[in-house]
Amino acid sequence: MVSNISTLNDLKIGERAQVVSLDADDSINQRLMVMGLLPEMSVTMVQVAPLGDPIAIEFEGRRVSLRRAEAAGVVVESKKQSS
Amino acid sequence: MTTATAEVAAPARPLQIALIGNPNTGKTSLFNSMTGLRQRVGNYPGVTVEKKVGMLFLPSGPANLVDLPGTYSLSATSLDERVVIDVLSGHAAGMPKPDVVICVVDATNLRRNLFLASQIADLDLPMVIALNVWDSAVKQGINIDVDALSKRLGVPVIPTVARKGTGVKSLPAAIADAVDNQRKMVKIEWPEAVSNSVEEIRDAIGDSADVSLTDVEIRRMVFDADSAVLRHLDQVNPGVRKAIEKAREVLRQLGLNPMAAEAVLHYKHLEQLVEGVIRQQGETDAGATESIDRILIHRGWGLVVFLAMMYLVFQSVYSWAGPFMDLIDTAKGWVQGIVGGWFDSTPMLQSLVTDGLIEGVGAFVIFLPQILILFFFIALLEDTGYMARAAFLMDKLLSWCGLNGKSFVPMLSSYACAIPGILATRTIEDPKTRLATILIAPFMSCSARLPVYILLIGAFIEPRYGPWVAGFTLFVMHFVGLAVAIPIAWILTRFVLKSKAQPFVMEMPPYRIPRLRDVVWRMWAGAQEFITRAGTIILAITVIVWALLYFPRPPELAETVTAEFIAEAASANELSPTLIAMELDDPDSELATELGHRVDSAYINQSYMGRMGKAIQPIFAPAGFDWKITVGVLASFPAREVIISTLGVIYSLGGDVDEESGDLRQTIANAHWTEGPLIGKPIFTIPVVLAIMVFFALCQQCGATVAVIAKESSWAWAIGSFIGMTILAWIGAVIVYQVGSLFG
Repeated sequence: MVSNISTLNDLKIGERAQVVSLDADDSINQRLMVMGLLPEMSVTMVQVAPLGDPIAIEFEGRRVSLRRAEAAGVVVESKKQSS
Repeated sequence: MTTATAEVAAPARPLQIALIGNPNTGKTSLFNSMTGLRQRVGNYPGVTVEKKVGMLFLPSGPANLVDLPGTYSLSATSLDERVVIDVLSGHAAGMPKPDVVICVVDATNLRRNLFLASQIADLDLPMVIALNVWDSAVKQGINIDVDALSKRLGVPVIPTVARKGTGVKSLPAAIADAVDNQRKMVKIEWPEAVSNSVEEIRDAIGDSADVSLTDVEIRRMVFDADSAVLRHLDQVNPGVRKAIEKAREVLRQLGLNPMAAEAVLHYKHLEQLVEGVIRQQGETDAGATESIDRILIHRGWGLVVFLAMMYLVFQSVYSWAGPFMDLIDTAKGWVQGIVGGWFDSTPMLQSLVTDGLIEGVGAFVIFLPQILILFFFIALLEDTGYMARAAFLMDKLLSWCGLNGKSFVPMLSSYACAIPGILATRTIEDPKTRLATILIAPFMSCSARLPVYILLIGAFIEPRYGPWVAGFTLFVMHFVGLAVAIPIAWILTRFVLKSKAQPFVMEMPPYRIPRLRDVVWRMWAGAQEFITRAGTIILAITVIVWALLYFPRPPELAETVTAEFIAEAASANELSPTLIAMELDDPDSELATELGHRVDSAYINQSYMGRMGKAIQPIFAPAGFDWKITVGVLASFPAREVIISTLGVIYSLGGDVDEESGDLRQTIANAHWTEGPLIGKPIFTIPVVLAIMVFFALCQQCGATVAVIAKESSWAWAIGSFIGMTILAWIGAVIVYQVGSLFG
């Protein structure tokens, strides 16, 4: 197992990862945090909209849609099998 | 009013209860269950946030229940969000501070939902927690020990299923308990540094705030990345921002990110509170939502379902409403006939009642079927949870011109009618995006433009170029408005409203089966508001236009026209004028009808509106309009479809012609210029016809829409929209006529 640090944007559909930090714009971070997306929480990429943006994610039983520009600020650590 | 046990000190005013909760927790269902039809809908002063207040009867007497906008937190970034904290702090104009708060939480996601409750606890208000969608939680194997939770939190906790009304009966006792015993939720313990900072900031504010801010409001300024309160204070007292920055620095020294501190501390506080109270039996089961979403937001299937769904909605609004609108139209004619009969001896009063008042009432009642049908679908789409998915699918398409996914449904609805479309923008939270969507909605080609297109295309395009070109022209006309609206939206959001790129963080709620009662309530509330608020304005506009078309009315004009007509008819038929006059005595004779139209036309010709048309005609000359078309354009400002009957009257065909009327088509096709440089040439050439259609496509000729824009934003925007669209319509018509003439 190798940890990979990336952003929410880089996850594939169905992939699960752990939030490391929220580095987006302050007001976007706050919106995500009050909805319950906090560091150390696990988050899943659910779907990408037909035109490539926005994306849908799931955390703590909540489904949330956000734009790619916003997702780029969420740093995650995905645990993938090394090849 | 109260029971015998009521104390002398019973409150003189009704108990004030605030209802609050995250979006999609079933708050509205609970509100409807608790208050029934005893609710009033309005706006908070100064902002376009819907204010809903309902009445309910508690054992202690009547109470007001205020339904606050759904929110995840008390942060006051936008003015709209500010409303929530203003009401809870007792700073909202005309609203006493709530005596108790009912916080609706989703039992299937208790920890996340209690965040808001924990923030409210900070406000020192007695609270009742409604543990809603209790049935879903049970089904998902989530086991919540309600008694233990109530003890831990320190407030009454009532499991409810608002959709079914379960648990609603237990709320009054819980409210009484919370008020009488001042039951408040256990508060978060702020680090001492935070409390000290609050005092320092309070000193810095001094008397520069309009109201004395509570500790919570001051803390909000420290925690909120972009606080509306701070922005406001900053203008009067720059010292406040300095104090805030200092407080943030103190937090950083404690190892807390000031922007994250509040969320992190509240969640930590909550973890301790609910530990051991919630147990999950077996695997978490997100229910059907996950499997449904696999199709509905799928990149391919999701779009197919979406398009099919929108087609269904659009088609239904368009076609189901048709028969009802015809029915209303027929009923209007019938009432006009009957009521008109009562005033036969006083023609002026008769015309005022039939052509002014009844016509005016009809002008807005006719939109009711469309509004009801669209609200039915919007309530369904929202309450099932699909609206958020639709916005997700469409966001990219609209985001580049400053709108977002939620603008799609209002825009599509506006193709049937801009009024329900504008009302549908209420689902857009961001006020600037909402305003931009409201302003472009009237550009969509609504069904009232269709008769104008059909008349002109049928009279000029089809005979000359055949049905294919005619059909194509009709198709293109439906996109003219959209093509203009998109750059307008871009300019509006970028340069006029200067909206920052708004985050599009939106929850996609679990799918739920909507409750019929809530759907019907939405339809009823929408219709009622439309009639009472927009109706009065539309009626006023219609009566003004009626007066301009009716006055002045010198009686000798009718005599002159009649005399001329008799002389003309006598020589044409080689009969004596006396015989003609005798035939005219029969009001149903062909000659009498013709004379009637001739007289109507003569009166319009010299009416104030007719004079205005002639005076204004030079402005429309570059678009190829003669004075008669100009009068038609002016008369159709209350409602664009009026042009057809107006042209009918001006061209002496009577007012009851419609777009399929062969007579009107022939007459306008044969109309020629009688003066000016084009004398003898036909008025309605292809460039003129296209110019008229483009004018109608872009012009805001709908009093009802103007009234609704005013109500949903402000009169300034409504008037701005009206003037702007009229200018655009003129420019569009002139370009089309001038360019068309080069080829013609």
